[in-house]
Amino acid sequence: MSEAIERPSGGAPPAWEYASAPESTDVVRLEDRYGLFIGGEFVEPKSGRWYPTISPSTEETLAEVAEADAADVARAVDAARDAAPAWQRLAPAERAKYVFRIARQLQERARELAVLESMNGGKPIKESRDLDVPLAAAHFFYYAGWADKLEYAFPGRGTPEPVGVAGQIIPWNFPLLMAAWKLAPALAAGNTAVLKPAETTPLTALLLAQVIQEAELPPGVVNVVTGAGETGAALVDASVDKIAFTGSTEVGKAIRRATAGSGKRLSLELGGKAANIVFEDAPLDQAVEGVINGIFFNQGHVCCAGSRLLVQEPVFDVLLAKLKDRLQTLRVGDPLDKNTDVGAINSKAQLDKIEELVESGVDEGAEIYQPECELPERGFWFRPTLFTGVVQSHRIAREEIFGPVLSILTFRTPDEAIEKANNTPYGLSAGVWTEKGSRILHMAQRLRAGVVWANTFNRFDPTSPFGGYKESGFGREGGLHGLEPYLSFDGNHR
Amino acid sequence: MTQAAEIAPRPAAQPVATAAEAARIVARTAAVDAVGLEGRAAALATRSIKRDAKAWGLQLAIRCMDLTTLEGWDTTGKIVTLCAKAIRPDALRPEVPSVAAVCLYPQLVPVAVEQLRGSGVAVASVAGGFPSGLGPLDARLQEIRGVAEAGADEIDIVLNRSLFLGGRYAEAFEELVAAREAAGPTHLKVILETGELGSYDRVRQASMLAMAAGADFIKTSTGKIGMSATLPVALCMLEAVRDFRAQTGRLVGVKVAGGVRRAKQALQHLVLVHETVGMEYMSPELFRIGASSLLNDVLMQLEKERTGNYSGPDYFTID
Amino acid sequence: MSDRLEVRRTAKLFIGGSFPRSESGRSYEVTAHDGRSLAQVSQASRKDLREAVVAARGAFPGWSGATASLRGQILYRVAEMMEGRRAQFEAELADAGADDPARGVSASIDRWVWYAGWPDKLAQVVGATNPVAGPYFNFTLPEPTGVVGIVAPGDQSLLGLVSRLAPAIVSGNTTVVIASERSPLPAVSLAEVLATSDVPGGVVNMLTGRTGELVPWLAGHMDVNGIDVTGVPDELLTDTERAAADNMKRVHRGPEADPFAANAQSPYEITAFMELKTVWHPMGA
Repeated sequence: MSEAIERPSGGAPPAWEYASAPESTDVVRLEDRYGLFIGGEFVEPKSGRWYPTISPSTEETLAEVAEADAADVARAVDAARDAAPAWQRLAPAERAKYVFRIARQLQERARELAVLESMNGGKPIKESRDLDVPLAAAHFFYYAGWADKLEYAFPGRGTPEPVGVAGQIIPWNFPLLMAAWKLAPALAAGNTAVLKPAETTPLTALLLAQVIQEAELPPGVVNVVTGAGETGAALVDASVDKIAFTGSTEVGKAIRRATAGSGKRLSLELGGKAANIVFEDAPLDQAVEGVINGIFFNQGHVCCAGSRLLVQEPVFDVLLAKLKDRLQTLRVGDPLDKNTDVGAINSKAQLDKIEELVESGVDEGAEIYQPECELPERGFWFRPTLFTGVVQSHRIAREEIFGPVLSILTFRTPDEAIEKANNTPYGLSAGVWTEKGSRILHMAQRLRAGVVWANTFNRFDPTSPFGGYKESGFGREGGLHGLEPYLSFDGNHR
Repeated sequence: MTQAAEIAPRPAAQPVATAAEAARIVARTAAVDAVGLEGRAAALATRSIKRDAKAWGLQLAIRCMDLTTLEGWDTTGKIVTLCAKAIRPDALRPEVPSVAAVCLYPQLVPVAVEQLRGSGVAVASVAGGFPSGLGPLDARLQEIRGVAEAGADEIDIVLNRSLFLGGRYAEAFEELVAAREAAGPTHLKVILETGELGSYDRVRQASMLAMAAGADFIKTSTGKIGMSATLPVALCMLEAVRDFRAQTGRLVGVKVAGGVRRAKQALQHLVLVHETVGMEYMSPELFRIGASSLLNDVLMQLEKERTGNYSGPDYFTID
Repeated sequence: MSDRLEVRRTAKLFIGGSFPRSESGRSYEVTAHDGRSLAQVSQASRKDLREAVVAARGAFPGWSGATASLRGQILYRVAEMMEGRRAQFEAELADAGADDPARGVSASIDRWVWYAGWPDKLAQVVGATNPVAGPYFNFTLPEPTGVVGIVAPGDQSLLGLVSRLAPAIVSGNTTVVIASERSPLPAVSLAEVLATSDVPGGVVNMLTGRTGELVPWLAGHMDVNGIDVTGVPDELLTDTERAAADNMKRVHRGPEADPFAANAQSPYEITAFMELKTVWHPMGA
């Protein structure tokens, strides 16, 4: 059957090494130190504590950011509370124009934001440039247009009103984009917000705060408090009307317990262990791209990553050969190199988790495959990895690895694929690859997942609602439905 | 940087199937998802090729070029100047390699054979009723034999789209096999005319059919209908070639022709080749670009790499 | 008062992204509300109208094929350009006799922004997935009608025009506009704004001239799919509707209410020139 493409050996032409193509960091103007963004200004933290934020690809410190304690968080929430009445009373068309300003300014500063995102988070510059930043701007653009059209969004449901003050806690995998997913609908709906970026990736949120200053949003409408888990916990406990959280299922459950009985509105976007299902009649070369993108895009740090490949048995050999081949052309390295496909793992802590789970895969009897590739000395790196011979009971088939590791299982019939795909407490996303339209719809109907991608994967759009079933959380972000978590109707705050 | 070595002749391909199997070859060919294919081609087009890698790629683009003229008003004089350009593309820089071949109409083959003797540049001729391929079969086959006898090193023929799109796969296959036979040991390229085929599925099917019939190369376009060699089409064909290699062990070359005018496009095509079928294909034996105005744009980009300044058309000969 | 001679403006037609004079060579004098002469404005002929329809038809595949998000961003840019030119618009409205030119310009820009926010939301509000009684996935999508002729209202020459034009093009339609005969200059300036706003040529074609002369040609044109009759004089309305019957043109008149009112803008002004397509697909392994 098919074998991997031969790579050059003696006598063959020399390899075509793409010269390094680093994106310049000159466009980024980093301060030494960033305070908290409260009431329209950058202020010193009451805690008096600061911590360094680094580049995970070089381990060098980029800047110091403040570590907000409960008093700092309370101060931010007060600022948001104070700003709320005027913001709510503003004519919706005027509120829309503020949000349009943010969208436009993100487009103006796009390069700077993209470079900073790759520096602070580790993702390849071509992703932050071509996906993260444009999508973030697009989210603000989309929701700006809803601000003065809310009466059309939920006909017959009563007068839409903002929930009030939203506490928003976001993860480190798409720092700027997650900030946009949270702030855009909240602002459009008339809420004010306190945003807490992830511990390891505060910088683009702080740059976003500068953009918000430039857009001259009234002070206190958006506040940014940086810090670690304790800062987030303080925000959950603070006197906000709503908490929106994207992160691990474990923390999501803790937030639910902490807010039980408080009357706070909640929306949670949590983990996943998505099945990417490839049928025999799939357009195979495109399916390979979809599988690769599904798990190696953003180093697999994606809640909706296609981390389980379910292959229909007849095409297992061909697909595996093509996947292994394709892995040879993945370029792992400097996130700022325009040719890099897979960047750095976001932190030492995350790298340790990935290594632990991969080890468990080997221990439990799955077969590991990793292409040869040189990894840089400094920084946090993991080779793209495939496991075959995986069964449902393996930890690598059940637990979210959140890294560039694909577990491959097989199936025989559509029903079996559905059964295996659904056999998980998670339910965020799924992929289906087949040439047959009716099968796509049949599978989509039966898969217990909030997002089903057919003959594609990892497609996001501000108009398209995103969110999970089961332990992947509840509430939707994006689309008309993404407004709902930020609205109350006729004074009924449920 | 080495000069263009003479292209090492590979033995001509032979058919690997029968006409009776033609319909099955078409039916069995895997589907191609257009959105996914175009997305992959677009992603590969963002590769940043700089400095040494860029210079190497530009040089390779020249070494892989079939410098083409297929006009009703091609005269002996035109062919003489074209051949001179083919041998020495840059009048001021003799270290710039020669192109792979010149590509022209049958009547001009003897002129080119004379001009290119000993130069290492091959003579490629269209034949077989190019570009429509719909004249009487006998005449088409005779034209193929004729150019082979006249000394052409390579023959570019067209797939019969009238038969193929009409679903008459066995007949289309038989015509290709007859052309294969008429060409004898001469290297044969089959032009699919992808702009007429209507979908990437069809491009892949036509690729498989042509390869099964014994094509040495599959080629995108005649350059005569305005719909040309786009990156997704080239990628589709490269994927077909890759699968044919996996199934039969045979390496079939790919030629992109029509619409490749800028050096940047040529580099993008080279990236597609590199990341789809690998280093093996990064040579004129297995990859060609059919072009005319592309050459000067590549020379200009090479000059920019050498001096750091953007160059202009006045500094490159128009032949 | 300066000795400097000002360079006077030539007000031409806007067709296919360019500014030609009428092929008929005619122009007419536009006066201010107080009788002052303002400018000579090109007087469009039926042949200009014919060319405008050709341009609109040519632009339709590209404009309707653009993503909704892109159309929204382009329309937002139109608002940016209008804001930059507000002094000119205010002066033109003052000449036309508007009570509060600044208010009219602000309302026009804000209305444009409001409509710019609709393209990427319309399908969510007026489209549907339909729960048919069988194993079929069934969905309904709104699609733009095609080439829409717009007869702009005679007065409210900026806000009235914007209120007809913006909803027509938001969804992907392309247009041929017959501007206000009495006060065409804001339309001419708007055309100049559109020409500099990344709006592809042919999406909006602006014809100045005699309403009574041009309307019958527009109404009877067999390659125009819809006609906004807001500015059609009452005495021409019946004939217009009758002529529209020949190719089943969609006919629509804008709301009568005060154009400054909030309810003068509506997504249903957009859907007035849209079709609905329903698709079925079986669901089965």
